[in-house]
Amino acid sequence: MSRFEGIYALWLREFKVFTRERSRVVTSIFTPILWIFVFGGGLGSAVDIGDVNYQVFIYPGILAMSVLFSSVFFGTYIVWDRKIDILKEVLVAPLSRTSIFVGKVLGGCTDSMIQAFIMLLISFALGVYLSPSALLLAILLLFLLALSLVSTGLIIGSLMESPEGFNMIVSFLVFPLFLFSGALFPLENLPLWLRAMTYIDPVTYGVDGLRTVIIGVSQFPLYLDLGVLAGFAAVMFTIGTRAFERMK
Amino acid sequence: MENAIETFELTKQFKDLTAVDRLNVKIKQGEIFGLLGPNGAGKTTAISMLCTILNPTGGTAIVNGYDILKEPDDVRKSIGIVFQQPSVDDILTGRENLRLHAMWYGVPKGIRGERIDEVLELVGLKSREHSLVKTYSGGMRRRLELARGLLHLPKVLFLDEPTLGLDPQTREHIWEYIEDLSEKREMTIMLTTHYMEEADRLCDRIAIIDQGKIIVMDTPERLKQTVGGDIVCLKTVNADIERFRKIESVSKIEVKDGYIGLTVRNASENLQEILNLAGKIESVEIRPASLNDVFLSYTGKEIRPETGEGGIVQRIMRERT
Repeated sequence: MSRFEGIYALWLREFKVFTRERSRVVTSIFTPILWIFVFGGGLGSAVDIGDVNYQVFIYPGILAMSVLFSSVFFGTYIVWDRKIDILKEVLVAPLSRTSIFVGKVLGGCTDSMIQAFIMLLISFALGVYLSPSALLLAILLLFLLALSLVSTGLIIGSLMESPEGFNMIVSFLVFPLFLFSGALFPLENLPLWLRAMTYIDPVTYGVDGLRTVIIGVSQFPLYLDLGVLAGFAAVMFTIGTRAFERMK
Repeated sequence: MENAIETFELTKQFKDLTAVDRLNVKIKQGEIFGLLGPNGAGKTTAISMLCTILNPTGGTAIVNGYDILKEPDDVRKSIGIVFQQPSVDDILTGRENLRLHAMWYGVPKGIRGERIDEVLELVGLKSREHSLVKTYSGGMRRRLELARGLLHLPKVLFLDEPTLGLDPQTREHIWEYIEDLSEKREMTIMLTTHYMEEADRLCDRIAIIDQGKIIVMDTPERLKQTVGGDIVCLKTVNADIERFRKIESVSKIEVKDGYIGLTVRNASENLQEILNLAGKIESVEIRPASLNDVFLSYTGKEIRPETGEGGIVQRIMRERT
């Protein structure tokens, strides 16, 4: 009982901070919106992919991108918490390290999912119709993506001492994850090396799953997308609990 | 269980530095115990080990009957800590900080609000409970930390430099709270400080610590007696010090920066004799021995107070530059 209360309190702290720093939401929504309307709109005026306009084609990919960026960068807050000494109060409380990790992960997922919901509203502007079941599947896919990527961000955050160091490492990681995920191009007919990279990138399966449920275009069966994401989330979550056990 | 805290050869070794060197102390329940020493003496390291933040590299300790190595969770539940660096959350209100703390420490829901009100009243922050902590002054932050440390009714309270960088008035307030806690709630308090007057005023017993080792441990009164009573500081025309050796009550003679410092058992009774021997005098100053003199006589060094740390914002600014 008290364990859940502790986790709830950790989540509550993250949530309050999030609602108080509205600029976080605005800035994290801003870039994906630019991608959809400037890049997607610009290229979409000349390009269709199959039967789908390019702007609509990249929409699922940009959904995944917004979750990717906000989730991984959530790890920066743990570096800051440590730097300004707020983390010490939590580490010295009678909470297990697993509870602390779970609380932080849930906090990060909440941030990312709120942004994802705002991004889902853009489907109206693009004339994309989402059936209730498609919407639920999209939310599930986005959540699995958030879970694994928030864990990834927190793992890196638990190892880093400075926010600058964190940002550097994460930029190296996030951009390849985004570009190789096929968010901006179809996966068919790729040169072999590029195809291999897309298959290795776990975000690919999130993008593909979202594309399946939102616009009906897919490379892999949906169960494979869900399976890979669930596996990725389980692995990162497990490593994350270990990383928090070791954190000073 | 008679001792609230007992350490057994507690040691912390960092690479080639022994921060805490085979510490052995026994602190009774209800006692206010002070660790006094200069910066880098190992005070914070010692407290961090007792709070289970740091693992010792040798020895162990029992806090509230729990072993810090084997039962860290039980230790954590039964202690309160006020850190040297403020660790309250800037972006939350005072009350929110306390509420989260109460949840982390398992304060039952039914009495949570009541306990929060009580500690807020105690530290005089009730009127500001709904303001964000970033609008608090340094003193208010520290009081909030103190309130937070008391929220779950710990049996032992650790205070790491509780009044570092605070103005005299706030310091006085905090001292009063601490005395009150020890008297009315019979809380055991272990504090670190490098302020002599703080140790003198608050502590039942003091351990003077330097380079990780306890040099001497006793009540403030007895420590001051070991120095020999009063200090008479003279500036005379005749610089010869040998003449003072005949006075029986003078236990120690030092020369520093042209001044002659005499440690005298009872200065008010022997002053005439001293002045007669001194001859022509440029200045004279008499003061009771302080813990600073005790520290000086045991280590040959003075404790220099450092300037206090600022709030979180200032610290971030400084780290960035």
